[in-house]
Amino acid sequence: MELEKLRHGTELIKRGFAKMQKGGVIMDVTTAEEARIAEEAGAVAVMALHAVPSDIRKAGGVARMADPQVTADIIEAVTIPVMAKARIGHFVEAEILQSLGADMIDESEVLTPADEHFHIDKTEFTVPFVCGARNLGEALRRINEGAAMIRTKGEAGTGDVREAVRHMKQIMGEIRTLKGMTKEELIMYAREIEAPIELVMETAEMERLPVVNFAAGGVATPADAALMMRLGSDGVFVGSGIFKAENPPLMAKAIVEAVNNYDNPEVLAEISKGIGAGMKGISVDSIPEDQVLQTRGW
Amino acid sequence: MRIGVIAIQGDVSEHVESVEKALAERGETAEVVTIKHKGIVPTCDGLVFPGGESTTLGRLILREGIAEEIKEAKEKGIPILGTCAGLILLATRGDSQVEKTHQYLLGLMDIKVNRNSFGRQFQSFEVDLDVSVLDSPYNAVFIRAPAILEAGVDVNVLASIDEKIVAAEQDNVLALAFHPELTEDMRIHQYFLDKLFN
Repeated sequence: MELEKLRHGTELIKRGFAKMQKGGVIMDVTTAEEARIAEEAGAVAVMALHAVPSDIRKAGGVARMADPQVTADIIEAVTIPVMAKARIGHFVEAEILQSLGADMIDESEVLTPADEHFHIDKTEFTVPFVCGARNLGEALRRINEGAAMIRTKGEAGTGDVREAVRHMKQIMGEIRTLKGMTKEELIMYAREIEAPIELVMETAEMERLPVVNFAAGGVATPADAALMMRLGSDGVFVGSGIFKAENPPLMAKAIVEAVNNYDNPEVLAEISKGIGAGMKGISVDSIPEDQVLQTRGW
Repeated sequence: MRIGVIAIQGDVSEHVESVEKALAERGETAEVVTIKHKGIVPTCDGLVFPGGESTTLGRLILREGIAEEIKEAKEKGIPILGTCAGLILLATRGDSQVEKTHQYLLGLMDIKVNRNSFGRQFQSFEVDLDVSVLDSPYNAVFIRAPAILEAGVDVNVLASIDEKIVAAEQDNVLALAFHPELTEDMRIHQYFLDKLFN
């Protein structure tokens, strides 16, 4: 087989990779040891970053891509895919992560944005991207830039699932309203939500986002994870919720099982018993406006 | 006729849609069901094991009690299609990566698998692949794909890339390293359905 006949980094491959994560849990990890715990618990992928969102919140300052050594160690430690976070608009961080062998890049509002006007042109990369969104317009703008996966923004590092619920309901609700619209109405709607008409029409036809849509931001318990699946998520990201819990391995396993049994309350009750306390968390209401993460990224 | 798609994790809906589309193409009606829990596999005439993360899938089919049922279905001669992670789980033995993660294997096919055989995600690829049972090349999508390093004498090799086997069958089990459910070309699913309807 001649190597030049292989086609890399196509839309089909990027979106296909995201589809393989469906029904799974992707866990934030900051060390190789945590990555092994996540893999052992049944995570479908890990997200490498220098500190989990709740610690980023506490520490303040500028949050950046993790030390490449840490990301490289995590890649070495596990056989499941490794994702890693780059700052919004920081295409050089993204290039570094791609060269390290990260399997997906999260252009994440949890880190301090590098560019206040532009996101990364994700079509220039071979590796697929995931981006956060709070509503349909934001999701389709990210897909238009080349994102192969969308996740709700939620409010990271809080352990308060409310904002993730809000964003998922918003996106699912907007998709429902597209049903039955005429072409003219879709064109007008696309203008209102500042999204490309082609993607609005594709969404209307598919009756779902054209890419996989996960829940993220504030998922802290098996019940939270199941709730997000019930609301239509394709899978779940858990950040501080695992390694800030009393017993991370037990919490990690329980959340994986909860995502698989999200529609069965009796099983969820069993899964949720005796796993120790979840992360302490902070209510979204108590966060000063300048410390809210979800508003980053437009 | 009832075809079950293992729905623990991975690209389940794509396989369901592909099987339904392939059924429509050949003018057959059959029920396509998703399998998350035990008790459904024994009612199926054909099984599809989709792609996803093999370590996650392996753990959960054991925990849910589906693994034993799949083994019984194989013994009964039920046609089984495994793609990507599905291929890994069908194997009898694995490479050092598989051993390192204590990956559970169903052992339904006499093959040795190599996980992530073509590298990481940025090395994933599409290629026009010659498959021996198809009359023209198939656009095969490989995503962090495994490959078969060794196959027993009873295994029929259907496609290879260099020395790596990427499609094979043994008795009623068909295993692919790539994802026929991600493209519009239903010839692979048709080949699988031939085993149910012919």
